[in-house]
Amino acid sequence: MPKDEFTPRTFSVVGTRPLRPDGIDKVTGRARYGADISAPGMLTGMVLRSPHAHARICSIDTSVAAAMPGVKAVITRADFPVHPENNGTADVLDNCMADKKALYDGHAVAAVAASSRRAALDALATIKVVYEVLPHVLDVDEAMKLDAPILHKGRKQEGVPADVSDNVLTRTEYGHGDPEIGFQMADLVIERQFKTAATHQGYIEPHSCLATLGSDGQGDLWVCTQGHYMARNTCAEILGLDSGCLRVTPSEIGGGFGGKTTVFLEPTALLLSQKSGRPVKMTMTREEVFRASGPTASTSIDIKIGMTKDGTITAAKGDYRYQNGAYEAMNGTLGAMTGFAPYDLDHVNTVGWDVVTNRPKAAAYRAPGAPMAAFAVESVIDELAYKLGLDPIEVRLKNAAREGTKSAYGPTYPAIGLEATLKAAKSHPHWSAPLGENQGRGVACGFWFNFGGDTCVSLMVNPDGTVSLSEGNPDIGGSRAAMSMMAAEELGIPMERVRTIIADTAALGQNEVTDGSRVTFAVGLATIKAARHAIQIMVERAAMTWGIDPEAVEWVDGAAQPAGPNAGKHPPMSLAEIAAIASNTGGPISGHFEVNAEGAGVSFGTHIADTEVDPETGAVKIIRYTVFQDAGKAVHPSFVEGQLQGGAVQGIGWALNEEYIYGKDGTLQNAGFLDYRIPVASDLPMIDTAILEIPNPGHPYGVRGVGETGIVPPLAAVANSVSRAAGVRMTSLPMSPPKVLAALKKM
Amino acid sequence: MSQIHVKTIINGDASEFLCAADETLLDVLRDRLDLTGSKEGCASGDCGACSVTMDGRLVCACLVLGAEADGTEITTIEGMATGENLHPLQQAFLDHAALQCGICTPGFLVAAKSLLERNPDPTEEETRYWLAGNLCRCTGYDKIVRAVLDAAKIMRETA
Repeated sequence: MPKDEFTPRTFSVVGTRPLRPDGIDKVTGRARYGADISAPGMLTGMVLRSPHAHARICSIDTSVAAAMPGVKAVITRADFPVHPENNGTADVLDNCMADKKALYDGHAVAAVAASSRRAALDALATIKVVYEVLPHVLDVDEAMKLDAPILHKGRKQEGVPADVSDNVLTRTEYGHGDPEIGFQMADLVIERQFKTAATHQGYIEPHSCLATLGSDGQGDLWVCTQGHYMARNTCAEILGLDSGCLRVTPSEIGGGFGGKTTVFLEPTALLLSQKSGRPVKMTMTREEVFRASGPTASTSIDIKIGMTKDGTITAAKGDYRYQNGAYEAMNGTLGAMTGFAPYDLDHVNTVGWDVVTNRPKAAAYRAPGAPMAAFAVESVIDELAYKLGLDPIEVRLKNAAREGTKSAYGPTYPAIGLEATLKAAKSHPHWSAPLGENQGRGVACGFWFNFGGDTCVSLMVNPDGTVSLSEGNPDIGGSRAAMSMMAAEELGIPMERVRTIIADTAALGQNEVTDGSRVTFAVGLATIKAARHAIQIMVERAAMTWGIDPEAVEWVDGAAQPAGPNAGKHPPMSLAEIAAIASNTGGPISGHFEVNAEGAGVSFGTHIADTEVDPETGAVKIIRYTVFQDAGKAVHPSFVEGQLQGGAVQGIGWALNEEYIYGKDGTLQNAGFLDYRIPVASDLPMIDTAILEIPNPGHPYGVRGVGETGIVPPLAAVANSVSRAAGVRMTSLPMSPPKVLAALKKM
Repeated sequence: MSQIHVKTIINGDASEFLCAADETLLDVLRDRLDLTGSKEGCASGDCGACSVTMDGRLVCACLVLGAEADGTEITTIEGMATGENLHPLQQAFLDHAALQCGICTPGFLVAAKSLLERNPDPTEEETRYWLAGNLCRCTGYDKIVRAVLDAAKIMRETA
């Protein structure tokens, strides 16, 4: 993909705020989410889960369960037919159903399918599992020690030193220059350690699927997922099926934020269906979602930064230790790559450690790994600015990465929008508004890579001049609208004439999951290219009708017209006119485009947070909050604002409330929304947003993904705000009232 | 376990069903009556995605037993629009882009309607506190609160 896709232009549809085409279904309750479907003869599938954080599974006796009335199938790991060769897939299978060891509280050990939920629950209660309980480890620094309980032997990868335990799977290093030289040049050097708790994406819809699999290996899966192709490919590999024989249809998705980018129930549901000969529906309870889906990493991070009196960063070092739960993940690597990404540094070194512990395996959570890194880095920058008497936005502007900056993780940036977000923040009334007693203002920047990936789009021109667009990514927040808008823009027809559907896995080629803020960028790009393909065919049909060369026809405002005086005099032929006679000019017209999209365009944002700290209770209230982010080009500004607001509030929850709390026995103590408290409406003010548009050179309209960056700055912005309000530096998240109160008392 | 015979009015229509003693109203609505607009987000009354009204009172259907619905009048999200005419709150949610994934939307709409029936001119703070029992993870509540306040204004003007 060339990097010079973008050409400046004016838009008639893109940038407006039409109603979303799936809106009426979603405000009337008609939209069908994962658990909203049923099938004739359907059974209910349920999972038995380990009550231990770490235990050898000595034996499982399912004989009583299997003989119970209403029970149609019982499975354990022994029933899964293959052992995947790929380490990643083998881990996914092991996470779906434990093999020799249960690795966390909630790890699946058996499953049943029965004629009712009650029958399934009764059957689960009779399954006898003999465990040998093993010592467990939950904390990243503890897990790295040589004497820590070990989850997996022999998984240490190259580059991991001998003086850390086998729980450390990877160590990665980035940077350039020599920080030791840089620290010598500094007037002030600050080094601090930071801790963040594991949090959960907190999507309101629990995981759910409906599976049918025949003995011939042909199956159908209805599932709430961020990627139905991923679900198909993973299930096929785990169960030894031909992926082409498994058709996966995505339901509407009730939130994901990265947490629905893998499978948990699906292989089990398919296997139960095959064993029972009946469709099997499985839905997690909220408790299961907390215990056994994929929360974030918890972290322990050391940051050291040197600064001169005028605010120039002379050197920066980071050591990012992340526990990813029971299996390999790369949050620590991503933390090490992203922490210093907003800055132009001569001397920088970062090390990322990815460590396993006896917790559920971390899944992606909106810019995975980056918010914790930004919390640590942006806190130290804030403290340096404070102690040197400098304006924290000026300090960031002075060191901001720009076009041509060699990033801390390697690549050199093309046109980027960090500086624009900082300048917008500096000149925004929020920055200069007065503060009251016990109030503080914090600012922080954030970065995310953004992603493209495999993408397919088909665009059908219907005989009546309407257009049907098929894409292969679940619509997680308005992407049907965005695709219809981009297709309409390109075709020159009203958006209402383009209906976008999310196709099943049999209808389009491979599509990467809805992740990496990729959909509006990559699917948008493929939509534009598919529309151009259709236009090329329509131009040929018009040329044929007129008896002139297709080169002599151009597409303007939704119609083919002769290009220039030499092409002859022909009245324009609209899309609808060409579509109406398509049958006589060569047959139906459609365009399609398949690509591994590159050029996603990195994303930056700056947040300002005002907080008020109650000195008597330690409670923190968000008083005012403003997000500044570069969207490249906002296709539907309301949905872009929504992404920025939602990301900010998830980050606020992470900063102030949210936390996986474990007992001494390694079991999760707060597996419900009452005790794992996500922000509610009364916790918050309005979240103001300012969208900057610095075009992404890699997209025809300049679009950048916007979904993830919004969660990167808030942990630090809130912490910097609280630190200034309380007069004490907060280095551990969440900043819950007891923690803030303790910090105030220590002063 | 023998089943209980329950007679209710749901969204204005007489409705009868049998349910087990331990079945919640939410189970009944979703699994027996095919009214899947009410969502199960937690089954513990913490998320509000199953908000319905029972004799005009806002409740979490997951905290009410199906048997308790006997002799009552239930309104769910499916009863909010009139034919093809959306309720002003539904329209305001669309106009303000107050939904992203949409899973919490039915509960918010039912709860907001209940608010406006009691208080046609709520302040932002009153709105935020009334809706504090409904969790949304996508929007940060900004556009939801704006939609409710705007719908209230429209409803006052057209009342």
